[in-house]
Amino acid sequence: MKNHSPVMEQRGTLSPSPPPAWTPRTDPAPLLPDPRPYRVLGTDAAEKADPALLLELYDQLVRGRRYNAQATALTRQGRLAVYPSSTGQEACEVAAALALEERDWLFPSYRDTLAAVARGLEPVQALTLLRGDWHTGYDPHEHRIAPLCTPLATQLPHAVGLAHAARLKGDDVVALAMVGDGGTSEGDFHEALNFAAVWQAPVVFLVQNNGFAISVPLAKQTAAPSLAHKAVGYGMPGRLVDGNDAAAVYEVIGDAVRHARAGGGPTLVEAVTYRIEAHTNADDATRYRGAGEVEAWRAHDPITLLERELTERGLLDDARRQSAYDAAEALAAELRDRMNEEPVLDPMDLFTHVYAEQTTQLREQAAQLRAELEAEAER
Amino acid sequence: MTTVADQPSTTAVKPASMAQALQRALRDALAADPAVHVMGEDVGALGGVFRITDGLAKEFGEDRCTDTPLAEAGILGAAVGMAMYGLRPVVEMQFDAFAYPAFEQLISHVARMRNRTKGAMPLPITIRVPYGGGIGGVEHHSDSSEAYYMATPGLHVVTPATVADAYGLLRASIASDDPVVFLEPKRLYWSKDSWNPDAPSTVEPIGRAVVRRTGRSATLITYGPSVPVCMEAAEAAREEGWDLEVVDLRSLVPFDDATVCESVRRTGRAVVVHESGGFGGPGSEIAARVTERCFHHLQAPVLRVAGFDIPYPPPMLERHHLPGVDRILDAVARLQWEGDS
Ligand SMILES: Cc1ncc(C[n+]2csc(CCOP(=O)(O)OP(=O)(O)O)c2C)c(N)n1
Ligand SMILES: [Mg+2]
Repeated sequence: MKNHSPVMEQRGTLSPSPPPAWTPRTDPAPLLPDPRPYRVLGTDAAEKADPALLLELYDQLVRGRRYNAQATALTRQGRLAVYPSSTGQEACEVAAALALEERDWLFPSYRDTLAAVARGLEPVQALTLLRGDWHTGYDPHEHRIAPLCTPLATQLPHAVGLAHAARLKGDDVVALAMVGDGGTSEGDFHEALNFAAVWQAPVVFLVQNNGFAISVPLAKQTAAPSLAHKAVGYGMPGRLVDGNDAAAVYEVIGDAVRHARAGGGPTLVEAVTYRIEAHTNADDATRYRGAGEVEAWRAHDPITLLERELTERGLLDDARRQSAYDAAEALAAELRDRMNEEPVLDPMDLFTHVYAEQTTQLREQAAQLRAELEAEAER
Repeated sequence: MTTVADQPSTTAVKPASMAQALQRALRDALAADPAVHVMGEDVGALGGVFRITDGLAKEFGEDRCTDTPLAEAGILGAAVGMAMYGLRPVVEMQFDAFAYPAFEQLISHVARMRNRTKGAMPLPITIRVPYGGGIGGVEHHSDSSEAYYMATPGLHVVTPATVADAYGLLRASIASDDPVVFLEPKRLYWSKDSWNPDAPSTVEPIGRAVVRRTGRSATLITYGPSVPVCMEAAEAAREEGWDLEVVDLRSLVPFDDATVCESVRRTGRAVVVHESGGFGGPGSEIAARVTERCFHHLQAPVLRVAGFDIPYPPPMLERHHLPGVDRILDAVARLQWEGDS
């Protein structure tokens, strides 16, 4: 038996120069996420949490839960074309909005109308897309909220570009980009994280891992140890947080935002949460998951967790709780009223904003529609 | 607007290539407006694979002329975010066929953002794409992708055929508040014209075709790399007794119906010439528009001379695919001259 091929033996006679020294560019250790999702509520860390902050989070969660319920009800009344509810995920939505400064930018997905509302956008404007009277119902510059994005993960490179541009201009602005667990399989997720890390752009990527992409569970989406682990491959820190613990999400995102603002570059945050409702009102979740699973997550509900903490610390009595629920009810009533008004539609808007200046083609087509509308009005 | 192309007439006029004019346009745009940022693959130290960005990183710094990671969707997606924050990105796609990964960003965001936000968020992005064949490129280096862009509302689609237009149209594209797909006919990069870089042509408005050659017998409607071929065909046609007019569209979107139709109504006959495939290609739209608008002036159906409806051929066979002078003259011969006085 020969152990070496003749080629191998010959190689031994050569004296090749050694390859240039190779060292890893980044020490992966500090980038790795702690595999146990970070928690505050019910732990020692909760003692340090600011009571005023906890109460603000509580008010927002209760409001958000009611907003979700009202929006879902509006789909049944035909007032919304579709609604992807964030029920069960309110802690992520609210914390994302509150952790940002006014000058920062939020890049939401279709599921994140609540984050936009928590940031100050009028609910009716946030829901324009889902009512269907226009695509984006607000001027993104007003609250620095990018249009709600439907093509998965495609908003992530926008956040990177905006953050990069802000840095080039010398503004200490941070962009927070939101995406779902399914969206992390998209190429744009990869490209955005890579660009952000290479450019050290002040971006925070918040993945809400709610267990499903419509019907497909995370196990069919990735073989990564966690979604937060993906950060390491790009050379940015990954953080894993309990997405139903509002105080924890707020702290982790807040840290990442401050890190980015200070020039430390991007962070990937995975918030582990659960989509309590179906994907949208049009989906039937019983086809792909059991009721037991949903019940188990209901026991780990973001409002319940915070309520327990506040009650134990004596920060929440019945009156205070009632005031939170009353405020939420007022929001829902206003939303109902506003959404029951017929939206004002101008069909000629179809041609107004395609280009800065209308092309001959569009002028001709606009004239055609105008004539049709006039004929319709005469009938 | 019908005008015969201006000839530069100052004393400093010398032969310059389209590549030089494009480089100069980028340089002048960077110098004129701090919001302008050039970005793409190899655009820095190398100056781009076609050297169009030569020297820009050195002159303006790497923040203004940036080598990006190699990911076309990421490049265009980042450009969207930069434009949202008030910058004016000029993106270089390395080759026609390598722009395809960016299509989702282009179609779902770049083309729609102004419309989606009712004008609140226009995206002044210029996407430069070297396109077309005739350079002996191996697979994926010679596509004519203009039909895809034309079919996407919200984009302007511009393509120069002369050195002066390369400068003027690129400046106009960068100055435009709408996204522009700027198609650079790569086989014309090294073609030279008399041009004075120190007194560059006035910035051409986007959307105006130009009559490159006046004629009375028929109109050749064309753009980009096929313009010189049509000019050659028009010369050769004189021997057959045809006096051909050549219209260089310069901009596919917006489309200059007025110039095209004015010409066709005068000549009564038209042939559309382009490298892109004929089926569902730009010529289909152009022939339809001309027929709809000029029917009673037409002596013959509008014909198309286009690339075959095949994946772009290997370099050793591409000459059979590309519309050449003979194929154009054959089409002109089929314009029903019988009975013409
Ligand atoms: C590019 C793209 N492909 C497919 C879809 C259709 N779609 C909408 S939501 C969704 C699931 C997304 O799941 P995930 O990213 O986990 O977000 P979630 O809905 O759970 O918030 C799919 C497949 C889409 N919007 N965009
Ligand atoms: Mg999901």
